[in-house]
Amino acid sequence: MQKLTKDSVHPKIVQALLGADSHITIDDALENEMILNMGPQHPATHGVLRLLLRLDGETVIACVPELGYLHRGYEKMAENMSYLEFIPHTDRLDYISPPANNVAYALAVEKLAGITAPPRAQYIRMLLAELARMCSHLVAIGALAMDVGALTVFLWGLREREKILDFFDVICGARFTTSYTRIGGVASDVTSDTMKNIIAFIDQFEEKFDEMERLLNGNRIFVERLEGVGVISKEDAIDIGFTGPNLRASGVEFDLRRATPYLFYNEMDFKIPTYTEGDCLARYFVRADELRESAKIVRQIIDKIPNGEVMLNSPKKVLPRKTEIYTKMEELIHDFMIVNFGINPPVGEVYSAVENPKGELGFYIVSKGEGHPWKMKIRSPSFANIQAIPHLVKGQMISDVVAIVGSIDPIMGEADK
Amino acid sequence: MIYDFFANLFGSDVIASFISGALPVVFIALFTLFAVWLERKVSAHMQDRLGPMRVGWHGWLQTFADILKLIQKEDITASDTDKKLFNIAPVLTFMGSYAAFAAIPFSSAYVGSGIDLGILYIVAVSGLVVAGILMAGWASNNKYSLYGAVRSAAQVISYEIPTVIVILTVVVVIGSLNLTKITEFQTSRFWDWMIFGGSIAGIKKLILLPFMVIGFVILYISSLAETNRTPFDIPEAESELVGGYHTEYSGIKFTMFFLSEYANMFAVSAVASALFFGGYHSPFGYFGNLIGLSWLVPIEQFFWFTIKGAFFVFVQMWLRWTLPRLRVDQLMTLCWKYLIPIAFVNFLIVALIMVL
Repeated sequence: MQKLTKDSVHPKIVQALLGADSHITIDDALENEMILNMGPQHPATHGVLRLLLRLDGETVIACVPELGYLHRGYEKMAENMSYLEFIPHTDRLDYISPPANNVAYALAVEKLAGITAPPRAQYIRMLLAELARMCSHLVAIGALAMDVGALTVFLWGLREREKILDFFDVICGARFTTSYTRIGGVASDVTSDTMKNIIAFIDQFEEKFDEMERLLNGNRIFVERLEGVGVISKEDAIDIGFTGPNLRASGVEFDLRRATPYLFYNEMDFKIPTYTEGDCLARYFVRADELRESAKIVRQIIDKIPNGEVMLNSPKKVLPRKTEIYTKMEELIHDFMIVNFGINPPVGEVYSAVENPKGELGFYIVSKGEGHPWKMKIRSPSFANIQAIPHLVKGQMISDVVAIVGSIDPIMGEADK
Repeated sequence: MIYDFFANLFGSDVIASFISGALPVVFIALFTLFAVWLERKVSAHMQDRLGPMRVGWHGWLQTFADILKLIQKEDITASDTDKKLFNIAPVLTFMGSYAAFAAIPFSSAYVGSGIDLGILYIVAVSGLVVAGILMAGWASNNKYSLYGAVRSAAQVISYEIPTVIVILTVVVVIGSLNLTKITEFQTSRFWDWMIFGGSIAGIKKLILLPFMVIGFVILYISSLAETNRTPFDIPEAESELVGGYHTEYSGIKFTMFFLSEYANMFAVSAVASALFFGGYHSPFGYFGNLIGLSWLVPIEQFFWFTIKGAFFVFVQMWLRWTLPRLRVDQLMTLCWKYLIPIAFVNFLIVALIMVL
């Protein structure tokens, strides 16, 4: 395979920019085109996304996104560590909603190992995943508002997110890098006090979110900045591989929670917000509606959550409790084997995907029956969603580029993996 | 009067003119210190934060600390910049905002220069700021700076048109371009202010009232654009152009831009209050006149003038932390398709009322 060097990549980018369809140019343009390098250090590119823009005045003629500034080689690293050891690394994928990634990964490994977590653990996972979705959408909406210039909404969003992070702190012991799920369950139980607090938070959240929405929806400048900007059709959205809120904003009612129910989502009553416009405003509306739906789901989860164990009793696959390890011989042996040699799932391959806040997060794992995966591929939603940026920004203005990137809501942690 | 006071005190015209010329600088410096602190506090309280709390009571000395830090910072000049223009630009920008203060009557006792073309002079000299910004954008040799500068030039020049038309509307009613005369026309009773139709007797005042309100709104919107404040802060839109025209500036030169922005904010607020809200006049008589101390009146006037200016500056901040920013084409649409025609029709109607 040809080795990629810096010198060989750069001409490729220039080639892509120049070779791009440039029919928007005025024929007698007085050589007024220029190439603007937006990012990786730029306040509006959500991390380290680099966009090369070919501009005619303020109008974007072509755009090439360049990824890889946050590449940490997680897929390769996964091949050299046991299934349990990889859990903390899933936090660093979509770092705005770590518990959702934990859940996605745990479900994939459990599917591979052929085990199922107890019902209470599954409910807790759902609870955490929905709280993470709220977290993520609050940041997404806030960042979108910030990109078009309304900073206040961003901070109001962070204020609400802070309260959710406090719950993560109580439940998982960490605000941000939760590493909460275990193979076969979750690390610790959620107390009834915490659940009461979560309900209290949801009660006040709806009111606070109404306040945020009033500041945006009633604002003509905000609506005009987003309406009709970055439109993507249903067909293009599917072709590019859009998933999540971005796809639903283009009129495709596709949600993995409904399409391939996992955990107990089939028992939950929730709507899938779908808009048909496919512009930035529709993507914002989908997220706002999903926030409310998530709040509704959290209520139902806390209503329905059963009592019981939060870890599966399956000695060969699931880590035993520490109290038992220190008192019983069998458990000590199992602990030693699992920690040192891994859970050794059967030979085979598995693809398991969940509906993450950003879209479909899938783990494709190939096992050779060893303690570590032979190959792991992470299908991250942001990576697929970023593909749409060149398509969306063509013919728009610089100010629209930041609005479009904000409405796509890419997280470079998972796009670069 | 201040000039005469110092001339008598020191017996030298040179010293007296120097001191009375330096007074606005002191005022700008003090006001900027206050306004930056206010900006941070206003934004903080709107966003459920506390803002600066550590340096002094509720952080009121924070700006001093910041300015000290900025002055101590290394003055970086990138290697590919046009050195001469790069160094002139901040000074020119600051000069433009500072020179505008010369014709602003702070009180009946202090106006830098009571020239008869006062308000026109302010508009003209504020235009120098654009030259400084363009210079900064060009000399920085940075694409983002250039974009910011070009956007700023287009914006400021476009929005000067509605501003001037509204100013003409007021001038048609009062019959003078001299800001002191404009202020004196609006007496120290708030119902005589231009926003309420001015000190004109009879039915004309009532007919003028709605058109004056329209005029004020247009003037205020344009003044936001001229000072590059949200929702018209596209020249320095931090989420698009990083820092706009001052991306490459640091240290004391950045401070100059910073000072200039806040000085400009006060200048346009002062013009708005002088044209429509009675300038330095108190809304309800003077305490000094009441108790027979006539020397108290100018001080009261200065107080009212600062309060009015600070209030409009506060409204600017309020808008900044509430509204998103417009796109370039929307900005131009607003100016050319809405503000200018409305301002022009408004002007014609007011002129017609005055003729009748």
